[in-house]
Amino acid sequence: MRVNVTVNGEPRQADDVWEGESLLFLLRERLGLPGSKNACEQGECGSCTVYLDGTPVCSCLVAAGQVQDREVRTVEGLADGDRLDPVQAAFVEAGAVQCGFCTPGLVVAAHDLLDRVPRPSDPEIREALAGNLCRCTGYEKILDAVRLAASRKADPEAATR
Amino acid sequence: MDFLRPATLAEALALKAQRPDAVPIAGGTDVMVELNFDHRRPTALLDLTRIAELRSWDVDGEDRGGDGGTVRIGSGVPYTRIIDELGDRLPGLAMASRTVGSPQIRNRGTVGGNLGAASPAGDTHPVLLAGGATVEAASTRGTRLIPATGFYLGVKRHALEPDELITAIHVPATRAPQQFAKVGTRNAMVIAVCSFAVALHPTRQRVGAAVGSAAPTPRRATAAEEFLSGELTATGQWDSPKPLLDSVKRRFGELVAEAASPIDDVRGSAAYRKHALSVLARRTLDWAWRDYTEEVA
Ligand SMILES: Cc1cc2nc3c(=O)[nH]c(=O)nc-3n(C[C@H](O)[C@H](O)[C@H](O)COP(=O)(O)OP(=O)(O)OC[C@H]3O[C@@H](n4cnc5c(N)ncnc54)[C@H](O)[C@@H]3O)c2cc1C
Ligand code: FES
Ligand code: FES
Repeated sequence: MRVNVTVNGEPRQADDVWEGESLLFLLRERLGLPGSKNACEQGECGSCTVYLDGTPVCSCLVAAGQVQDREVRTVEGLADGDRLDPVQAAFVEAGAVQCGFCTPGLVVAAHDLLDRVPRPSDPEIREALAGNLCRCTGYEKILDAVRLAASRKADPEAATR
Repeated sequence: MDFLRPATLAEALALKAQRPDAVPIAGGTDVMVELNFDHRRPTALLDLTRIAELRSWDVDGEDRGGDGGTVRIGSGVPYTRIIDELGDRLPGLAMASRTVGSPQIRNRGTVGGNLGAASPAGDTHPVLLAGGATVEAASTRGTRLIPATGFYLGVKRHALEPDELITAIHVPATRAPQQFAKVGTRNAMVIAVCSFAVALHPTRQRVGAAVGSAAPTPRRATAAEEFLSGELTATGQWDSPKPLLDSVKRRFGELVAEAASPIDDVRGSAAYRKHALSVLARRTLDWAWRDYTEEVA
């Protein structure tokens, strides 16, 4: 089947898509966007998290055919050219990235949280990231990164100081 | 394999009648796992996510600000929206929805899909049973209402005919206390080892109670319901509630555990499940009754 979908603001088309394949496969293998990671293919790890019509979902659990005429935003679509999104920058600075496998999914989940809740409490951060597993960091630095990004969002001056 | 993308419910029902073998897919959080792991190779997928009729909810009957009336929830409304939009009218369903998977799963997963999968461990089932919900099923032959108590037939088996789709779930709206609790190995992302829901129905002077993950199907604990309803009515406690006697809570817990017929598996032994259910039943009843006492006072 042919799938037409807007990805990171650009209309894209993929042909010969197998009817049972996932959005994650479509993104990585057909559209050349390897940012979203494939680690479990069963919704457990969150590494494949992308926005679908503005809502974070596990792309491994969306059938490619379900995104026909819809809008997808991946971790690749968060940065503004070479300028990292504040959440991405905070992850780098806080040392929240080790092997980096979980990072794209966590960045999308944290990005969505800060859009909805600009000053999240720690329990709110934990709740929002509960669907994302990290085998390396122990999560403390990830929490630090989200707090850092939140504080900069609240005080944008601080980001450029 | 075919991928069918109906835009309306009528079209979906026509397709399902022609292709009873087509597997409906809503949020995909169960279906895609099966496809990704080659556990299932359907001849066709029937995508329900384009159908606006399945993605809305409304209130039938008289709604007195969350009390009275029945909420008709389209089968394709995701958990996140149930939590955000219906928490004040359907406290038990919202509570169970909050325990499903993770935010990503709740953004996609639906009650329709939970029913379609009919896993004994599905979190919404005990709540639908205890709250007196009804499943609306439709086909080109017409629409029928199946009480939740008649919906679950066996492990992953339900009462739908091959040409039917779940169109909605009807749940009585209430402000009366309801509770749902599940036992799992951690807080997020767990299948229930066992689960329990209790719903107080003060206007009918009844208590609803149901167990999950503790029998081949989710099921009501009818003996526990009758015991407690009888006790509360006989002692006039619906009008002037008092703290529940320990003996009453204990007996309720025992009867709930007796309603279960769990198995030993990797997640827990049958004996543990029964014990845990009696504890969940006592605790959730206690929480619900305290809330009720405060409301009436
Ligand atoms: C990581 C992870 C964690 C999870 N955690 C939980 C949990 O904590 N608690 C829990 O209860 N579940 C959990 N689940 C299971 C799943 O998310 C739920 O069962 C969910 O409600 C399924 O909804 P869906 O819309 O995604 O269903 P789908 O996957 O689209 O469909 C599920 C089944 O229902 C059928 N179906 C769907 N819609 C209809 C319809 N309208 N009419 C007829 N049949 C239909 C499908 O054909 C399929 O058989 C989890 C799943 C994952 C991947
Ligand atoms: S790869 Fe999708 S959640 Fe793990
Ligand atoms: S940094 Fe390695 S999995 Fe998170």
